[in-house]
Amino acid sequence: MKLKDIATLLEADVLAGADLLDIDIGTAVASDGMSEILAAPHPGALMITGLINIQSIRTAEMADLPAVLYVRGKRPNDRCVELAAAKRIAVLATRLGMFDVCGLLRERGVRGGM
Amino acid sequence: MPEVLLQRAFEVRGGDFDKAGETSSEIKALLKEVGIDPTLIRRAGVVTFEAEMNVVMYAESATVVFTLSDEDISIEVFDRGPGIADVDLAMQEGYSTATDEMRQMGFGFGMGLPNIKKNSDIFKLESEVGKGTRLYSAIRLDGAS
Repeated sequence: MKLKDIATLLEADVLAGADLLDIDIGTAVASDGMSEILAAPHPGALMITGLINIQSIRTAEMADLPAVLYVRGKRPNDRCVELAAAKRIAVLATRLGMFDVCGLLRERGVRGGM
Repeated sequence: MPEVLLQRAFEVRGGDFDKAGETSSEIKALLKEVGIDPTLIRRAGVVTFEAEMNVVMYAESATVVFTLSDEDISIEVFDRGPGIADVDLAMQEGYSTATDEMRQMGFGFGMGLPNIKKNSDIFKLESEVGKGTRLYSAIRLDGAS
């Protein structure tokens, strides 16, 4: 599933990486615990989280995840978005909760990576 | 004796949550520059990032020494801080002395040290209470684990 289709499906705003929306996402990892994501890195996966601090972007960077989707209407600060842009990581934000996001993506064939 | 190809030392400050990850990011970039296999870079990134988070959460400061030799990537972290009273217990997945504040940062769930060990081919952790902790991690370039 293309990142741009995920953004449309989840009515997500694109905060960084508008030029990266053609990335194909086949796998997703979802957690508010960063060590959990680092424990089983799935390069190329979409990271779904409610954690909006700078460590969320650092985690995506270390685990080679090309995109981060923030749930529950949370918005990262500008520094976080700037770091993501510098690291070529797309940032999306949706009002939906994590459970619904995971369910909707799973229904459309995105697999879990953990 | 392995030949050292690249060596850098970094300082990490305890409590500096904003900068946590910068050292890992620099090491990752250095490894990318010299064309190391992406899987090994990822492992080195996870090791360094988890170690950095531990310093930021628990120690006063630390020196991180990164070495690339013709045999392996090694990360050594010498921290100045309270140390770990029971290293075996600290290595158990799920065991943590983190505060709620640390958990709100997305860390402190007792997975950091096990994550470091899992990504290392050689892993050593020594600690002296009241002084600090020394962590050594090496990742072999031939991919053997």
